[in-house]
Amino acid sequence: MSDQAYIDQGPLIPRNRAAHPVPYDPDYKTSVPRSPNQPLLSMESTLSEETGPRFGHSMLGPLDNNLILNYSKDAAKPAVGERILMHGRVLDEMGRPVPHTLVEIWQANAGGRYRHVKDGYLAPLDPNFGGCGRTLTDENGCYEFLTIRPGAYPWPNRGNDWRPMHIHISVFGHSFGQRLITQMYFEGDPLIERCPIAATVKSRSQLDRLVAPLDMAKARPLDFLAYKFDIVLRGRRQTMFENRMEGL
Amino acid sequence: MVQKLDTLVETPSQTAGPYVHIGCIPSFAGLEGVYPEDLGLRAIEDGAEGEVITITGSIYDGTGWAMRDAMFESWQADASGRFAGQQGADPKVNGFCRFAADKDTGEFTLTTVKPGATPTRAGGQQAPHIALWIVARGINIGLQTRIYFEDEDNSADPLLARIEQRNRVETLVAKKTGEGQYRFDIYLQGAQETVFLDL
Repeated sequence: MSDQAYIDQGPLIPRNRAAHPVPYDPDYKTSVPRSPNQPLLSMESTLSEETGPRFGHSMLGPLDNNLILNYSKDAAKPAVGERILMHGRVLDEMGRPVPHTLVEIWQANAGGRYRHVKDGYLAPLDPNFGGCGRTLTDENGCYEFLTIRPGAYPWPNRGNDWRPMHIHISVFGHSFGQRLITQMYFEGDPLIERCPIAATVKSRSQLDRLVAPLDMAKARPLDFLAYKFDIVLRGRRQTMFENRMEGL
Repeated sequence: MVQKLDTLVETPSQTAGPYVHIGCIPSFAGLEGVYPEDLGLRAIEDGAEGEVITITGSIYDGTGWAMRDAMFESWQADASGRFAGQQGADPKVNGFCRFAADKDTGEFTLTTVKPGATPTRAGGQQAPHIALWIVARGINIGLQTRIYFEDEDNSADPLLARIEQRNRVETLVAKKTGEGQYRFDIYLQGAQETVFLDL
């Protein structure tokens, strides 16, 4: 973790909960016993939410954002599947880039099988694919991963539910209150419309923001296709009238 | 017509799912060899100032079942109330820790230092607390809550003061079970439902 000096940039902009999925959605069955019944307690953010962990380049290995090779660590043993570049920018609600923040991803392999002790799906593991990656955004908030496109997979929800192809993404931002985990879907996947997890996001325009477009401009001929996925985190509300905190 | 606001909208959350450990705590998923070690293993390093404490607990769903697949992240100040990155902060306190409910029992353990009180913008103080963020299968947007301590003076804490139903305050207060030992259970629903936060 770095020791960058803390500067008070004001409270976090309150979360617009309508932009997010509903916590309780009977079509996503596990949410029924796992959603609070009582309303959340709202108030202005405090230091606990306005500060957060920082991670430096020293923790990263050279292949951490290359899921095609970071499990086998051997260029002669790449993961099997559709090679893709996943890239984008992390911004805040004010449109400012969020530089030097940790982005982590995880996903199933090309057949829809996760390398997790609890995944028993009959599609086989790929001996050369682990399924996790991480990177830091650059000074402009940009990040990229090289990976393979994950397969769809079935899950025990309703009688015949299948997750669309997706990559899980975790972003830290610069304060603990910005913490976000979400999922990226792929343009044109017909399973998105049938997925009860995607459907927990009730705003159509917000759901569309989880669908990454094919980005031919970033594709590398004879090597990989590309998908672009931008991420927006909460912003800060500092104004000229905001006071600095005492003693900071 | 008016000018157009140019603020962006936050990216919507999605559940972390049952395999969140692959990305966040790979060794817990049985996935070894990609990273030298998992991120956020320790809230503190050896030699951190203050009282070292252990908090254990479980998170229960609406049926009373201790969830086996939840992941937690904690963030806190050091023993004198300074966060990592602030001037004078204890370099042995990372402040951040990532941990999971046990696969078999559902119990989690957090070892850290007891945080000090932290200032508010209004010039007051917040009682010592640890911010907790919870994700899991079935949780569509990460849940925020806080761990306070029953052996601290919580009477002037501005967040606890906002809780209208005073019988719910205790859901945020860890119970002392021994020297340096606390118990903090989380209830997602029902009569004992934990207070979850939006801040």
